[in-house]
Amino acid sequence: MKTYDENIVLAIVLLFCMVLVAVDLLTARDAHAEYGDVVINNYSDAADMRPVVFPHWFHRVRFRCKVCHADLGFKFEAGGNDINMLKIIDGEYCGACHDGDIAWSVENCDLCHSGAPGTPTQVHESTLQKLVAPAGGGRAE
Amino acid sequence: MSIVRNLIINTLSAAIVFALLLLLVNKESHSADPNQFNRLLAPPSKRNPPPTHDGIHDGPGASMLQTPKSAFDTLPRSKSGNYVDWVKSLEENKIEPRYDKTDPDAKPIVMDLNIVHEVKGSMPNVVYPHKQHTEWLDCSNCHPDIFLPQKGANNISMAAILLGEKCGVCHGKVAFPVSECRRCHSQPKKKSTPKAATK
Repeated sequence: MKTYDENIVLAIVLLFCMVLVAVDLLTARDAHAEYGDVVINNYSDAADMRPVVFPHWFHRVRFRCKVCHADLGFKFEAGGNDINMLKIIDGEYCGACHDGDIAWSVENCDLCHSGAPGTPTQVHESTLQKLVAPAGGGRAE
Repeated sequence: MSIVRNLIINTLSAAIVFALLLLLVNKESHSADPNQFNRLLAPPSKRNPPPTHDGIHDGPGASMLQTPKSAFDTLPRSKSGNYVDWVKSLEENKIEPRYDKTDPDAKPIVMDLNIVHEVKGSMPNVVYPHKQHTEWLDCSNCHPDIFLPQKGANNISMAAILLGEKCGVCHGKVAFPVSECRRCHSQPKKKSTPKAATK
């Protein structure tokens, strides 16, 4: 029969292990999102929202480039379109389709604002990101 | 009372063993060995990860998004980018992306015209096919802002493309990446005598 003290010791050891696992899981996190995933963080961080992650692959299965980049006026530049929620609810940019008619509507905040806080605006896996990182530091980030 | 205590102790012991195992497995997959093979590159098994494991998603919405693998399973593969051959997918009607926001029957205005760019050095000449591009895009997407619609008027270089200009506005961001050299550099040059030999 074990004593009360041993339970405390076990609990402390367990807690320590959990902290180790948590730290390890967090630090081992590499970004390898899908090619063409665009992170847009013009205003999100400042507004305490998660940045937006736009998956190009999902949209190009359903629409040709022309629909967004010619008809809707999206410039070919990550973060270059100055999109905000007011424009979206007025039917511009994402709001042209995300209106509850063609695609789900704006109340599903989390589906777009799904990026890790602090992630900068970028096109994931773009040419410059893919350039080989300096050796010696282990993994490339 | 002793049953409860035993239960607590057993649960705690099992949790510790589980935690240590998890730690061990995790360490193995992220080895710090500097001479580990392929250390810079993601192995094929790590390609097209689900949003919850891609390193940029975080938060409750991520688990509700479609996973790339479920979309790409039926599509022709390529060796880089999304590992999907998007042009082939469209040609073989594996995907049917709309050309208009609402009208599913709108058809693109396709122009079948190849432009050959003779390039410096030993690389094969570039053949630019309007056909595959106009399947996806409108003329105004490229002309006249990115390319002047006039033969020889555009000074294109690989340096500009790598920096995201000219072809690099799309290629290297969303269209197939610049590592697929031969998809553009596709026309062999005519055999010519090297300059040194004509002296």
